[in-house]
Amino acid sequence: MELLSLLIWLPILGGALVILIGNNRADTARWASVAISIVVFVVSLSLYTEFDSSTHLMQFEEKVSWISQFNINYHIGIDGISMPLIILTTFSTILVIIAGWEVITRRTAHYMAAFLIMEGLIIGVFSSLDAILFYAFWEASLIPMLLIIGIWGGDNRVYAAIKFFLYTFLGSVMLLVSLIYMYNKGGSFGILDMHNLNLTLAEQSYIFWAFFVAFAVKVPMFPVHTWLPDAHVQAPTGGSVILAAIMLKMGGYGFFRFSLPITPDASLEFSDVVIALSLIAIVYIGFVALVQRDMKKLIAYSSISHMGFVTLGVFALFSILTMGADGSLVSLNGGSIDGALLGLEGAMVQMISHGFISAAMFLVVGVLYDRLHSREISTYGGVINSMPKFTGFAVLFAMANAGLPGTSGFVGEFMVILGAVQANIWYAVLAATTLIVGAAYTLWMVKRVFWGSITNDAVKTLKDINGREFLILAILAAAVLIVGLYPQPIIEVMHSSIEHLLNQALTSKL
Amino acid sequence: MENIYLTIALAPLLGAIIAGFFGGMLGRKATHTITILGVLVSTVLALYVFNHHVLEKGEIFNQNLYTWMQIGSLNISVGFLIDNLTSVMLVVVSFVSLMVHIYTIGYMDDDDGYTKFFSYISLFTFSMFMLVMSNNFMQLFFGWEAVGLVSYLLIGFWHHKESAVEANLKAFLVNRVGDFGFLLGIGLVLAFSGSLDYAEVFSSLDNTTNQQLWGLDLITVICLLLFVGAMGKSAQVPLHVWLPGSMEGPTPISALIHAATMVTAGIFMVSRMSPMFELSDVALTVVMVIGAITALFMGLLGIVQNDIKKVVAYSTLSQLGYMTVALGVSAYSVAIFHLMTHAFFKALLFLGAGSVIVAMHHEQDIRKMGGLRKKMPITYWTALVGTLALIGFPGFAGFYSKDMIIEAVHFSSLPYAEWVYYAVVAGVFITAFYSFRMFFLVFHGKSRVDHHTEEHLHESAPSITFPLIALAIPSAVIGYFTIDPMLFNGWLDNAITIDAEKHVSMTELSNIFHGAAAMIPHAVQTLPFWMMVGGIATAWVFSLYRTQWADWVQNKFHRTNYALESLYGFDRFNEIVFVGGIKKLGNLLWKVSDMGIIDKIAVNGSARLVGFIGSVVRPIQTGYVYHYAFFMIFSLLIILTWVLFAGDNPLLQIEF
Repeated sequence: MELLSLLIWLPILGGALVILIGNNRADTARWASVAISIVVFVVSLSLYTEFDSSTHLMQFEEKVSWISQFNINYHIGIDGISMPLIILTTFSTILVIIAGWEVITRRTAHYMAAFLIMEGLIIGVFSSLDAILFYAFWEASLIPMLLIIGIWGGDNRVYAAIKFFLYTFLGSVMLLVSLIYMYNKGGSFGILDMHNLNLTLAEQSYIFWAFFVAFAVKVPMFPVHTWLPDAHVQAPTGGSVILAAIMLKMGGYGFFRFSLPITPDASLEFSDVVIALSLIAIVYIGFVALVQRDMKKLIAYSSISHMGFVTLGVFALFSILTMGADGSLVSLNGGSIDGALLGLEGAMVQMISHGFISAAMFLVVGVLYDRLHSREISTYGGVINSMPKFTGFAVLFAMANAGLPGTSGFVGEFMVILGAVQANIWYAVLAATTLIVGAAYTLWMVKRVFWGSITNDAVKTLKDINGREFLILAILAAAVLIVGLYPQPIIEVMHSSIEHLLNQALTSKL
Repeated sequence: MENIYLTIALAPLLGAIIAGFFGGMLGRKATHTITILGVLVSTVLALYVFNHHVLEKGEIFNQNLYTWMQIGSLNISVGFLIDNLTSVMLVVVSFVSLMVHIYTIGYMDDDDGYTKFFSYISLFTFSMFMLVMSNNFMQLFFGWEAVGLVSYLLIGFWHHKESAVEANLKAFLVNRVGDFGFLLGIGLVLAFSGSLDYAEVFSSLDNTTNQQLWGLDLITVICLLLFVGAMGKSAQVPLHVWLPGSMEGPTPISALIHAATMVTAGIFMVSRMSPMFELSDVALTVVMVIGAITALFMGLLGIVQNDIKKVVAYSTLSQLGYMTVALGVSAYSVAIFHLMTHAFFKALLFLGAGSVIVAMHHEQDIRKMGGLRKKMPITYWTALVGTLALIGFPGFAGFYSKDMIIEAVHFSSLPYAEWVYYAVVAGVFITAFYSFRMFFLVFHGKSRVDHHTEEHLHESAPSITFPLIALAIPSAVIGYFTIDPMLFNGWLDNAITIDAEKHVSMTELSNIFHGAAAMIPHAVQTLPFWMMVGGIATAWVFSLYRTQWADWVQNKFHRTNYALESLYGFDRFNEIVFVGGIKKLGNLLWKVSDMGIIDKIAVNGSARLVGFIGSVVRPIQTGYVYHYAFFMIFSLLIILTWVLFAGDNPLLQIEF
């Protein structure tokens, strides 16, 4: 099996194996799961080490005919956009498996297996180069998450699980329709063929909106975001981590892989709408986050607000550059190619960084929830007195969430804001309010949960984090700091692909 | 040299890391030894760098250390720019930091967070070095926010105190308001220059000519946005509200962070950006006026404060206002000069206040002190030096710097410069008044100390008094020795740009300057000197000679007094409008829009619609197989008919 296939099927088969081990042998299941996830992660690192960052062409490509009547192929491959997201996936999976270690006592093997299987399916999403294969992975990855929320979730888990499923399913049906339409027109389900498929503006518009519904729900963008707080609140910690760290990125990835290259003219046409929705997400959702009383809800809203930077960074490029008659890129408002690249690459960095930070924030809440079974901010207060080590981590991640320079949270926001200035200063003004509002909701929560003196006796009895929790948080802290202090390696691998994408997005199909 | 610069920055960082992670293991003594050693290394090397660059006129060092990111043609790096301005800042920061480190041994002696505290102040020193050594806007912003982070952690150091954790949140958020402007300014800088590197930005300033934004010149907008950042960090009205609250932190950091170094970052930044500010008289005027408002009105608040640290805090605000005024009139070197003298004497005053606080068992109300002169001679004499330096007594450090600021305003041709001149002269009276009011109330007169404390009252430990003495020396003499080279003989020339034709203050100053010694006898003939004497006299009358007169004045002018005691209502306004308003807005958006319109009406509404359709269709689901079979066959027939005979391309054409 080739490397990429191995990465998809190893965790899926591993998951099956863990199910066979069974819930009765929970410890074996745990160790097997963590071993599999580590192996997968190590294997995925060779994608990075053997990656050729000088080209935008697909690498590690595999192509086998699958359903030949319809020219559907098992076609996979990665470029600089998908590779970092795959490594993020393999990285995060290890963490959630360790995080669920002694917390999940009911159907442990099934829990672990669900995450492993989901890992394989999501890697499949990021590496598919055939639209039907993509769609199959895209839909299939919903199932383990649905089960995770539905089985291991909180009291209102069924409502949340169904809401989650219906929302995302609604989006993806539209996606399927537009994929079939393009097959009828071009005779291929190959995503790269679709990039080159000529479409009229009307066709592009329909397809753009179909894509948009699918991806915007996943991101999630205003106003189709309301499933996320419910899903997060009901999901177990590990579910929230994967949901925030990776599943949301599938939406962002869709804009990169489908919307911009397949419907460039429609993307230009409607970029203002997308930007407006992104800015609403950043500002409006920031205010909503401020008044949350449930920590998970607060972080969920904060996620939506941060993901607004992704869509803003992607679509700002249409207000920065345009394609001149001679095929060269022309600046619109005095902006530069660098500005457009800052937006796009900033969006990518923001996705990766958000993967670390949101994961960390949900794990932090998980640590508290495991102890006192409450997510209410008002339950806590003065946690630093009983959990000083834990508070150190929590404050670091909170600062990262508030975009402090030196942490990964700063890099993406900084890049997108610098890019947005060149698109329209008002975009930047609105986006930059996150500096204030983001700090306000995050640090106000920190103040009420961690600082102050203890008012609730239960807080007094809290035990500081154990070795397992320390390990997970320390790994994430290292990731947050490394990306914050030295983001260049990530940017380097994506650069050729992003430059190519920029050209695709600005090349009219009309 | 590169390794030397690197060591200056990294030595305190290493100390912070060791103290932070292994402090508990190493114990107190090892921890403070390591961190102090780190800062000592930086201080010695900073002096070496100062000698190399400033005294021996070494070449400017401007190099990148590593590429933070490369986006297309845009390179954002971490790198150092070491010129004379940086060299001066390095000496000031490292020296004050060293003194504060030593002082902390005594001051935090009985605190559980001893090692953590050392870790934080070393981390702060590192961040401040990164800020002043930066050669680009990204790293400047990094240092800028990193000092903000440490300030946040240290204001809330005593995290069990509700007031402390209120204050640190407030400090961080108000600073973020400033950073909001700062970041947008940086974004516009990148937009016009295509770079974030200082040198490249300054060499492409021509790109901004004739460009407009928001009805102003582009460069004006950029300078104003950058200045908003400075207003946050350097606590200029109306973003000053966080600084008095920051006094909740332990006193050593009030001296280091909230008086000597971090709060002057804004002053440093504007000086660094002098090539840009020189292009915009509008921006300079705004800078000058904001500075004057801060200098005058914050000084007034110092008069009504009774908390020893609050008095010094308002005095710091006022002095920062003076520095900002100097920036506004293009006297950047004077601003840096005042920054330096102020760093010494204000750190001294804070540490002196801390010495008093320790002796008083953490009593901070000056009305409950008095007569401490005899009990604490070293603290007394050093505080006197600091106070004389602050009020600008001829010969002392603050005299030279403040006098130069006042003269520079005098020569300025900017609009409103006359008004600003009156403000800064009036400020001299106010400064002398509140400074000596505090000085007299604490050290002179009859003791109002409670009996129990009185018995234990004694001079502080050597680790506390040594820094006092070490800071008193420069507070007394540094102005005399450095005014000539720093302002008129090119110490800062290679870092500061002045458009001498438009902004004549510095040229005029050098015309009237006849040496440091000559300034002293000349001072007696000037208005500011007599304002100062008046201030001291008034303080003496109200706090020692006829204390009841103070009460009478307070009653007589109760409205003014109310305005002062309520701090002009800034806090209340912010509390109601911003904090309250934003919470209301958040709740409105959440409950009405998110949960109401989107969730209830759109989402659950459509779910109900589906449910409704379901209930209509449900009777069809009879459960009888033959019903289903009938429907299937019937539907199939319809579809087949459609496909065969109708549609766009019917398979069977029927001719009628």
